[in-house]
Amino acid sequence: MLLVAENIHKTYTTADGPFEVLRGVDLRLDKGETLALTGESGSGKSTLLHLIGGLDTPDQGTISLDGKDIATLDDNGRAALRRGTVGVVFQQFNLIPSLKVADNIAFQARLADAHDPDWTGHLVTEMGLNDHLNKYPEQLSGGQQQRVAIARTLAPRPRLVLADEPTGNLDEDTAAIVMDLMLELVAASGAGLLMVTHSQALAARLSRRLHLKAGQII
Amino acid sequence: MNVSVTEGSDRSRASREAPARGGDRALPGVAGRYIAALLFVLAPVQAMAQGFAGLGTEVEGFARPAPDPVFDFPTDHGPHNDYRIEWWYLTANLEGPDGTPYGLQWTLFRNAMAPSESDDWRSPQLWMGHAAVTTPDAHYVAERLGRGGIGQAGVIADPFEAWIDDWTLRGDWETLQMTASGSDFAYDMALTAQGPLVLHGQQGYSVKSAEGQASYYYSQPFFQIDGVLQLPEGDIPVTGNAWLDREWSSQPLADNQTGWDWFSLSFDDGNKLMGFRLQQTDGSDFTSATWIAPDGQTTPYSNGAFSATPLATNADDVPIRWQVTLPQHGVDVTVAAINENAWMATSIPYWEGPVTVTGSHAGIGYLEMTGYD
Amino acid sequence: MTVVTLQALLSHWWRNPLQLFTLLAGLALATALWSGVQAVNAEARASYDAAAATLGEGQYDRLIRADGQPMAQSTYIALRRAGWLVSPVVQGRYQGVRIIGVDVLTAPGGLGPARSEGGTSIGAFLAGAGQFFANAETAARLPGLNVVLAPDTAPNTAISDIGLVQQLLGKEDLIDSLIVLPRQPKTQAELAMVAPELTRQQAQAGTDIGRLTDSFHLNLTAFGLLSFAVGIFIVHGAIGLAFEQRRPVVRTLRALGLPLGRLIVLMAAELVLFALVAGGIGVALGYVIAALLLPDVAATLRGLYGADVAGTLQLRPVWWLSGLGIALGGTALAASGALYQLARMPLLAAAQPRAMAMAAGRRAWLQGAGAAILLMLAAILMFTADGLVGGFALLASLLIGAALALPLILDRCLAFASRLAKSVRAQWFWADTRQQLPGLSLALMALLLAMAANVGVSTMVSSFRLTFVDFLDQRLSSELYIRTEDAAQSAALIEFATPRVDAILPIQSADVTVAGQPTEVFGARDHATYRDNWVFLQSADAAWDTTFAGETVLINEQLSRRSGLGVGDVIALQGQDFAIAGVYGDYGNPIGQAVIGEAIFAQLYPDVTAQSFGIRLEPAAAPDFVADLDAETGIRPGQSINQAGIKAMSLSIFERTFTVTTALNILTLAVAGFAILMSLLTLASMRVPQLAPAWAMGMTRSQLGQLELVRAVMLACLTALVALPLGLVLAWALLAVVNVAAFGWKLPMYLFPLDYARLGLFALLAAALAASWPARRLARTPPADLLKVFSNER
Repeated sequence: MLLVAENIHKTYTTADGPFEVLRGVDLRLDKGETLALTGESGSGKSTLLHLIGGLDTPDQGTISLDGKDIATLDDNGRAALRRGTVGVVFQQFNLIPSLKVADNIAFQARLADAHDPDWTGHLVTEMGLNDHLNKYPEQLSGGQQQRVAIARTLAPRPRLVLADEPTGNLDEDTAAIVMDLMLELVAASGAGLLMVTHSQALAARLSRRLHLKAGQII
Repeated sequence: MNVSVTEGSDRSRASREAPARGGDRALPGVAGRYIAALLFVLAPVQAMAQGFAGLGTEVEGFARPAPDPVFDFPTDHGPHNDYRIEWWYLTANLEGPDGTPYGLQWTLFRNAMAPSESDDWRSPQLWMGHAAVTTPDAHYVAERLGRGGIGQAGVIADPFEAWIDDWTLRGDWETLQMTASGSDFAYDMALTAQGPLVLHGQQGYSVKSAEGQASYYYSQPFFQIDGVLQLPEGDIPVTGNAWLDREWSSQPLADNQTGWDWFSLSFDDGNKLMGFRLQQTDGSDFTSATWIAPDGQTTPYSNGAFSATPLATNADDVPIRWQVTLPQHGVDVTVAAINENAWMATSIPYWEGPVTVTGSHAGIGYLEMTGYD
Repeated sequence: MTVVTLQALLSHWWRNPLQLFTLLAGLALATALWSGVQAVNAEARASYDAAAATLGEGQYDRLIRADGQPMAQSTYIALRRAGWLVSPVVQGRYQGVRIIGVDVLTAPGGLGPARSEGGTSIGAFLAGAGQFFANAETAARLPGLNVVLAPDTAPNTAISDIGLVQQLLGKEDLIDSLIVLPRQPKTQAELAMVAPELTRQQAQAGTDIGRLTDSFHLNLTAFGLLSFAVGIFIVHGAIGLAFEQRRPVVRTLRALGLPLGRLIVLMAAELVLFALVAGGIGVALGYVIAALLLPDVAATLRGLYGADVAGTLQLRPVWWLSGLGIALGGTALAASGALYQLARMPLLAAAQPRAMAMAAGRRAWLQGAGAAILLMLAAILMFTADGLVGGFALLASLLIGAALALPLILDRCLAFASRLAKSVRAQWFWADTRQQLPGLSLALMALLLAMAANVGVSTMVSSFRLTFVDFLDQRLSSELYIRTEDAAQSAALIEFATPRVDAILPIQSADVTVAGQPTEVFGARDHATYRDNWVFLQSADAAWDTTFAGETVLINEQLSRRSGLGVGDVIALQGQDFAIAGVYGDYGNPIGQAVIGEAIFAQLYPDVTAQSFGIRLEPAAAPDFVADLDAETGIRPGQSINQAGIKAMSLSIFERTFTVTTALNILTLAVAGFAILMSLLTLASMRVPQLAPAWAMGMTRSQLGQLELVRAVMLACLTALVALPLGLVLAWALLAVVNVAAFGWKLPMYLFPLDYARLGLFALLAAALAASWPARRLARTPPADLLKVFSNER
C-alpha cells in the first residue's frame, strides 16, 4: 500500500478558540490509483492534503508512505519527503517568477537530485510547452502556468502526487485540458494521485472518491 | 634585587631585540668590548643596521697596531683618531663604612667612522659613556651618547680630561677626579696612583688571536680611590682600589671570536692578575694574561697559560662563578660575582661587576663578560 | 541542491534589477558615508601621528629662548656638560618644506626617521653625507637634495642630521629648541645658572595640536556615527524590502522541499555576497568622498590649527577593512531580524497582519521605554556634562532617544487627526496612515536624525560665523599691520610713522605658562583702540585704567575657563602678581592670552621687542602711507597687511572649516531621502491588499496614488516639526557644552528661521521625490492585481 493514513486528528487555534478540522480520518491509496477528495469549504480536505504532503503535522494518527510513518519526521525529513517522494500541485501554481519555464520545470528534480532530461523532455512535449521554455511564468496564461507546475511536480518522478484544486484558477475549457494532461502523465509516471476538488465532474474522472464533511470521511 | 637602568634604557631595550644580537652574526669579526664599541652607533637608528653591516671588516684607511710600540705620555693618554676603536675603562672595588662591598664603573668608548676629526657636526668620532654602581643587591646603570667635534664629548691628553656631558675623568694620572650621574645614582671620586703604568703583552702590544689581531693595551691598576656614592638609599662614603685600562685598535679580533670574559684580580698579597678568554666559534678559547707584581713588574703570558672555566650561571645563563688558573704562579682560584645581576642593559648589553676571589689566592676584582645576551 | 537554490535565489535579482540596485545602493551609501568620514579622520590622524613621532611634539618639554630666537650651539653644550639631557633641534623652511635637523645620538628613542626604505647608512646620516628623510610627496619637492624615502615622516617635512640642516638653512652654530628628555640625571645644575635666557615649555604646549584637532575629529566622528545610524536604517530598509518581496518565493521553495536551515544559510550567504560587493563599492565611494573632502579638511586644519595634514589620500587597509566590516556588520544587524522572521514564518499560513500588528505594538512599547530613559539621561547630562565625552554622550542620548520617541509621537498625532476627521475618506486616510507607520518608522527616524543634525550643525556654524565676524570687527581695528624684520626697522618705522598717524600700537608678546596653560602675554599701549572696541565677558571697574597702569591683567575666555580663574583672582607673571581685571572673548584662538600694560611688559620681558605694529590712521591714507614707508625706510609693502585683508583671510579660513560639515549635511539628507524611498517601496508591495478595498469602494487608482504622495509629505512634515526643536536643542548642546569643552569658549546662539524653513522644504522635497515613484507605481497597479486580492486566499 502506497499511502495509509489512520485516525488523523488536527486542531487549529483560531480567534474563537480551538477548532478541530480533522476528526479521525482514515485513508488508503495504492500506487497507480487516483483518489478524489471532495467536500465543502472548511471540511478539512486541504488540511488533510497538507498533512499527507508533509507541509504540516497531525496532532494524532499515523500517515505512512510505503510503510514509513511520516508524521514523526522532523523538518528536514519532511523537506526531503516533499523534495522527492511527494509532489504537490498548488491551486495558484507557485512558480518561481524569476526563473524561466525550463528552469522552473527542472527545479524540483534538481533539488531532489533526480533530474532526468529524457523524462523532463517528455513532460515538456506532452504539456505542449516546447515553445515556452525560454519565457518567464508571467508571460504565460494561467493554464500554461499550471502545466508548468504539473511538469515540475512530475519531473522528479514522485511516488505520490497531491493536487490541491489544480484547476481552480482556470476557466472551464482550460481546466479540462490541464486535467487530461495531468491524469495522463500521472498514469504514465506510475504515481498515485490524491486530488482535492470541489468539482463533482472532476472527481468523477478519478478512480475513487472520498467525501469529507466536518472533518470526517463519509 | 633591583636592577636599575637609566637614560639609556629606551634605546637599549630595542637594541637588544634587534641589532646587537643580529650584529653578533652579522659582524663575526668583533667581540666583547669591541662589539660594544662598534655597535653602539647602531642603537639610535636601529633599523638602519643593514647599511652598517659591513663595518666589521672595513678597516681600510685606519691604522693598525704594530709590535714593539713605544708609548709617549701624556700624548698617548689622549685619543688616537686614526684607530677605529678606543676606550678609557675604569673599574673599582669599593667598601662602605660598614664593610659593604661596592663596584663602580666609568667608561668612555670612542668609535670612529673615519680616521679623522672635524670641529663641527661632521666629526666622524662617536662617543659612548657607560657608568655603573653595583651593590650586593642592586645595579645602577647609565649610558650617554654623543658626537665628537662639537664639545659634547671627547678626550684631551694634556691636561688630561676625558668627558661626555657632565661625566668627567680629569687630572694628571697621578691624581684624577671622576664624576658620573644617572637618574638614580651619581658619584664623585678622587683617585691617587700608588704604582706605575703597566703595559700588557709585548710592551703594550696585546695579541688577541692566533691570526695575529692585536691592540695597544696599557693599564694603571694601582689607583687608590675614595669618594661618595649617591644612591637612592642615601650618600655613602667609600674607599677602595681602581683599575684604569687604556686600549685602542682598528680590527683587533678574529672572525671566529664571538665573546669575551675579562678578569682583573687584586690579590690580598699585593699581586694582580689581568686575564682574558676569547670564546671562539669552534668551542676553543684564546687566552692571554699579565701577572703584575706589587712593584709593577709584569710577566705576560700568551695563549694557553691562563684558563677560565665557568662553574655556575645565573638565571639568564651568564656565568657568575669561575675557576681561574695560572699554574705558572700557582693560581687556582674561584671567582664569584658579588651581585649576580650586574647586567649592563645599555645599547650593547653585557655583564660587568665586582667579584670575590677565593682558593689558592684570596682577593677581589672585576669581571666583564660579553656574548651572553 | 545548493547550486540550484542559489540560482533560484539570485535569479530574483536579475529579473528585478531595480531592487538589486536599491539594495546594493543602500548598502553602498551607508558604507560610503561611514568609510568616507573614517578615511578623512584616519588620514588626518595618521598625519598628526607622523608629525608627533617625527617632532616628538607634545611628548617632551622643550627649552627655548623666551624671545623665540635661536640659541647658540654653545648653550647646548653648556647644558649637556651641566648634566642636562637635552637634544638639539633646528628647523626652518626650505623650498616651502619644513626642514628639521636632529641629533640622533641624543634624541629620545622614538624620534627621528623611524623607518626608511632601501639601504641607507648611519654614517651618511651622521657624517653629513647629505641624506634627508621624507615621504614621497615631500621628496618630489626637494629635487636638489639626497632624499631617502621614509613613508612615516610627517607631511611636508624633511628630516636630516642637525649639522646638515644648520648648513642648509644658514643657521651654523644655532639651535632652535632643545628637547628635554623625560629622565634627567640625579645631579644637575639649575637651568637659570647655565642658560638663564632659556625658558622651559611644557609638553603639550605651543605646538601641540592634539587637543584642538580632537574637537574637529570628534565633530567628524559624530557625523560618521550619525551616517552609520542612518546607513543602518537604509540597510534595514533595503533588506526588509528584499525579504518582503521574496516571501512567496521562500514559501514555494520550502513547499518544494528545500530544508529551512539550508534556505537560511543560502540567503545569508547571498547577503554576505551582496554586503561584500556593496561594501567594496561603498568603500570606493567613500574614498571618493574622502578625496573630495580631504583637501578642505587639510586646509581647514592647517588654517585653524597650523597642523600639517597631507592633502592626498592613502589607501589604508584599516579603513578598507573597517568599511567592509561596517557593510557586513550592518547587513548582519539588519538581516538578523528578517532571517529570524523567516525562520519563524509558518510554511502555510498567509501573512498575518494581526499578529504583526501585535508584535509591532510590543515593539512600540519597548521603543517608548527606551526613548524615555534616553531622553531623561539627556536631560540630566544637559546640566552635568562638562567634557567632550559627556557632551557627545548628551548628543547621542538626545538623538537616539528622540528617534525612538518619534513613532509614538507620530502615532499620537495621527490618532488625534483621525478623531478630528469628518469624512469617511479622511478617516480611512488617517487610519491607513497609522497602520503604515511601523513600516515607515525607521525611514522617518533617519529623516529626523538627518534634519535635526542639519538644524543643529547649521545653527552652530551660523552662530559661530556671526559671532566671529563681530569679533573680527572689534579686534582688527587698526587700519594697517606692519611687520618689521629687526630692531632697526622697528625704530625706523616708529620714527617715520609718529608724525604721520593717529597712533602706533606695538604688538609684542611672550610665551608663558599661566596656571598650567600655555599663554601668550601681550603688552598693550594705552589707546582708545582697546578701550573702545574690546568687549568684556566680565570685568572689574576701570579695568583698562588699572591694566594700563600696570596693576592688573586681562585674560581671554579660554584661559579663564581652563584655569578656573575669574575677575579678582590673581596670576603671576615673571614672579609678579596681577589681579585679573577682566575676561574678554577671544574666538578662534587655541591658547590662553593675557594683556598687561606696555610699561610693565617692558619691565618684565626686557628681551622682547615689538616687531609687529598696528597703525591707526585715516583708512584712505593707508595706501600712500605704505608707499611712502617703502620709499623712506625700505620697509616693503609686503610687510604691511591691510586690516581688510586680514579679515578676509580669517573669514575664509572659517568658511572652509565648515565646508566639510556642509557637504556632510547634504549627503546625510540625501541618504535619509533614499531611506524613505526604500521604505515606501517595501510598503508598496504590502499596500495592494490594503488599498484594494478602498479601490473597490470607488476611489480611483490615481486618487490612491495622490493620497500616497500626500501621506509621505505629511509624515515628513510631522517629522520636520519634531526635528526642529530637536535640532535647536542639539545646537545648544554643541554651542554650550561641546564647544566649551573642545575650544574653551561659549558661543551665543542665534536662530535662523529662514534656514530652517529652507531645510524643511528640502526635506519635504526629498520625501516627495522618494514617494513619487512608489505612488506612481501604485497608481498604475493593474486592476487585475487589485482584483487578485479578493480571489487569493494565500
